[in-house]
Amino acid sequence: MSLLPAVVALGDDALVLGQRLSEWCGKAPLLEEEMAMANTALDFLGRARLYYGYANTLGGRDEDGYAFHRDAREYTNLLLFELPGADFAAATARQFLVDAFDELHSAELANSADATLADIGGKAHKEATYHRRHSAAWMVRLGDGTDESRRRMQQALEDVWGYRQELFVNAPAEQPLVEQDILPDRAGLRAAWQEAVAATLTQATLTMPAAGWAVKGGRQGIHTEHLGVMLAELQHLSRSHPGAKW
Amino acid sequence: MPLFEVFVRSRRGLDHQHVGSLRADDAEMALLYAREIYTRRREGISIWVVRSADVTASQEEDAPAFFEPAADKPFRDATYYALPKEVKNL
Amino acid sequence: MAPALEEFQARIDREERIEPQDWMPEGYRRTLVRQISQHAHSEVIGMQPEGGWISQAPSLERKVILLAKVQDEGGHGLYLYGAAETLGVSRDEMIDAMHTGKAKYSSIFNYPALTWGDVGAIGWLVDSAAIVNQVPLQRCSYGPYARAMMRICKEESFHQRQGYDIMLALARGSAAQREMAQDALNRWWWPTLMMFGPPDADSIHSSQSFAWKIKRYGNDELRQKFIDQAVPQAEVLGLKIPDDDLQWDAATGHYRIGAIDWDEFQQVVSGNGPCSRQRLAHHRQVQEDGAWVREAVAAHAAKHQAGGDGLKADAHNPASAQEGGADAAV
Repeated sequence: MSLLPAVVALGDDALVLGQRLSEWCGKAPLLEEEMAMANTALDFLGRARLYYGYANTLGGRDEDGYAFHRDAREYTNLLLFELPGADFAAATARQFLVDAFDELHSAELANSADATLADIGGKAHKEATYHRRHSAAWMVRLGDGTDESRRRMQQALEDVWGYRQELFVNAPAEQPLVEQDILPDRAGLRAAWQEAVAATLTQATLTMPAAGWAVKGGRQGIHTEHLGVMLAELQHLSRSHPGAKW
Repeated sequence: MPLFEVFVRSRRGLDHQHVGSLRADDAEMALLYAREIYTRRREGISIWVVRSADVTASQEEDAPAFFEPAADKPFRDATYYALPKEVKNL
Repeated sequence: MAPALEEFQARIDREERIEPQDWMPEGYRRTLVRQISQHAHSEVIGMQPEGGWISQAPSLERKVILLAKVQDEGGHGLYLYGAAETLGVSRDEMIDAMHTGKAKYSSIFNYPALTWGDVGAIGWLVDSAAIVNQVPLQRCSYGPYARAMMRICKEESFHQRQGYDIMLALARGSAAQREMAQDALNRWWWPTLMMFGPPDADSIHSSQSFAWKIKRYGNDELRQKFIDQAVPQAEVLGLKIPDDDLQWDAATGHYRIGAIDWDEFQQVVSGNGPCSRQRLAHHRQVQEDGAWVREAVAAHAAKHQAGGDGLKADAHNPASAQEGGADAAV
């Protein structure tokens, strides 16, 4: 019964990160990296469409209804995914934390009791394995690069660290689905994630931030102030022409 | 930033083929970028990258000495040998 | 003619390709560096007008299509920088030359992309024009350039299709959408015709380029080819080409157009396009913002090559490395 909002939430995670990554088009520090970020963006946007498409078959809206015709308060993505990540260190730190999680989460989702989610999980796992390798390579190069890059990377890690906690919380609507083996148990992924992240940070000569702070609210629609601005840009054209086909 | 040459095997059973070059600081990044740049449309199932500086190439002035001596040895081709019409499977 | 030059020209006349290690006259090298780097810069600067619309695309499907399309332009820039680098000039040098104004990029990208209709018009008109220009370049005498063009042409046909597809949807849409499409056509038509360059009579680089088979068709001939393709396509859209003098010439089998405003072209080429400063400033800013990243990867590579241990730690490179060593000795 609560499958629909859970599927939409996964779609929202993928959409807002896909949008953030696509904002890098024309702005990456290397033309080669621009290609890479666009490929990753396409993976996340593709995944959003799969989740929204599934939501549609469960009685929800169509994909553009979800993307273009909900306000920020109706979006249920986790906050980590919507952060601007406007400089390369911030984008990389966020991406690495997401990818390390995603690799574990998608591996379990691939075994979901729900066949459609299992399919999406299987596909996402292949993507996530590559994404994690790519973002980990950057963590290592920027962490163990110049003094300046280490300082920037460490700062970016500190700035994003408090947003990781939401990754490991099963929202109330999700809890029954976890018990039915439809969704992975997020709390159960924490130890493996911590270990994977620690290994890369060590290699990157970066310090794992203190556990201190933790922010939450995404699944309840309590977002950062950045989301509304992002959605204004994402939605304005579609909303300016109600009912138009593009 | 060093230049790398990129080779892609498009299908099982085929050789890796040179497809172009790219810049990267090390082999791992070169491999990742080769994937991003040269296999966006399912062009490959395997990639090699090699530093362009590590390629030893024959030079234009080597060409006559290297390759022209092969030109006067037509007897290495099967078509050199005229066979009677009735001979099959040879 | 010196023997080397004679042999060089004879090879070109035999339709053989010139390859990087071959002897070539300095003028040939310079012409190619100028043309290929200008082409590469155009691909990269050309990402800006459309790239700004990725985040605003009106549907998720249009968003992924446009992102893949603009990403391709970056890829094409890379193929072309790679081809130019075989002539002994580095990407950094080429980019510096653009930043200082010594190297140009296509003036079409100095116009603003103001509406979603512009995204359609750029794909349809600008990419179609680019393809008309590029198809003959697949037979350019310089091997690396010709090969890059083959790859690019293969990928580029999706670009014009997606642009036309946007225009079709707009033309079949609401009154406001049709207006958007017509407005975009009005603004992009003439600049697209200027993409082919000045009339052959006024073109400064042409005759030697023909002899060297860098160029195979004149600007006017290519422009005409584009016009003959585009006019019927506009009719299918139900849009009006913004040229009151446009007419079908049954005698020649070509469309005849009104006069092109070459003063405007000169203005835009010399830096007075609406977005000229913005495009370059954006590119420069991105280069500056990314400098610390490029320094970091270089520093990382230097540290770990010296020690020889850094790569192994994160390389996932089992048997293929050895296999490559034996087989890939080109």
